[in-house]
Amino acid sequence: MVKKTFIFLVLVGFAAMLLSFIMNFGDNTALNDLASRYASQGPEEVGAANLVTAVIVTYRGLDTLGEVTILFLSASIIGFFLKVQAKDMKERSIRKTSEILRTASKVLTPAIMLLGVYVFINGHLTPGGGFQGGAIIASGLVLMLLGNPNLQVNHKIIYITESISGFAFVFIGILGIILAGGFLDNSILPLGTFGKILSAGAIPIIYIFIGLKVGSELSNIVSNMQETQKED
Amino acid sequence: MILIIAAIIIGLAMIAMAIIAVIHKKLTVAVIAAGVVSLFASILYLLLAAPDVAMTEAAIGSGLTTIIFFYVLNKIRRKHG
Repeated sequence: MVKKTFIFLVLVGFAAMLLSFIMNFGDNTALNDLASRYASQGPEEVGAANLVTAVIVTYRGLDTLGEVTILFLSASIIGFFLKVQAKDMKERSIRKTSEILRTASKVLTPAIMLLGVYVFINGHLTPGGGFQGGAIIASGLVLMLLGNPNLQVNHKIIYITESISGFAFVFIGILGIILAGGFLDNSILPLGTFGKILSAGAIPIIYIFIGLKVGSELSNIVSNMQETQKED
Repeated sequence: MILIIAAIIIGLAMIAMAIIAVIHKKLTVAVIAAGVVSLFASILYLLLAAPDVAMTEAAIGSGLTTIIFFYVLNKIRRKHG
């Protein structure tokens, strides 16, 4: 009873804290200073049709590097704690999945992986980008593992992809310091025609590496989790 | 107008699913309800003109998180029960 009263009091406190937000909620008629600068200067300076990408990869590129690092840390910590012994792999027996799921995963997995690649290659033109594409690739791997639970994921390929793309991301960032205005500046390559696939300077290349890195990290988490499963 | 009504309905469904996720006795039902909250949230982001966030929420929030919860649930059940 005391516990429930306490929970109720905490909830009431939260509601009181959020009340002022609801009271002041209204439509924004104009962008604030920073946003209007991004919106007016972004297409000229960065050349990306998707303004969100321009902000994420170029103006706030350092934050993206931090996010990718956090994801890398959590993936490696999960890999460290879920160390799978060779005898676990031999002992584990998993019930066969249904025919429908197996066939559907065979048909759909390539399409989902292709969609993920499409999303991060077109990150500077259409909504989405490296993180979204990587997450879609990892969900394709989830479907593959659900359809065929005894599948062995090759961790070596995941590690190599992950390290090369992480290295390349930082390398392009440092190239920006040497050849252009600063860390992760995208004008090390010509900006090209606005709205074409080969435009926005280095953004497509950076986003491809981010996509590969995020995809391999999330796939690593999922496959590590999957390898510790068995059915008694 | 239709969008506002849809947003309100989705919001109410999200609250209902969140309550189910908290109070339901069966853990599997709670995990699925938490996934459905994320799915509705991604539709809401789409209605609010944020397709980037919607894609992340749909792929990570309702896809990967749910499956990781099920993997962990299966693992701890085998150990303690």
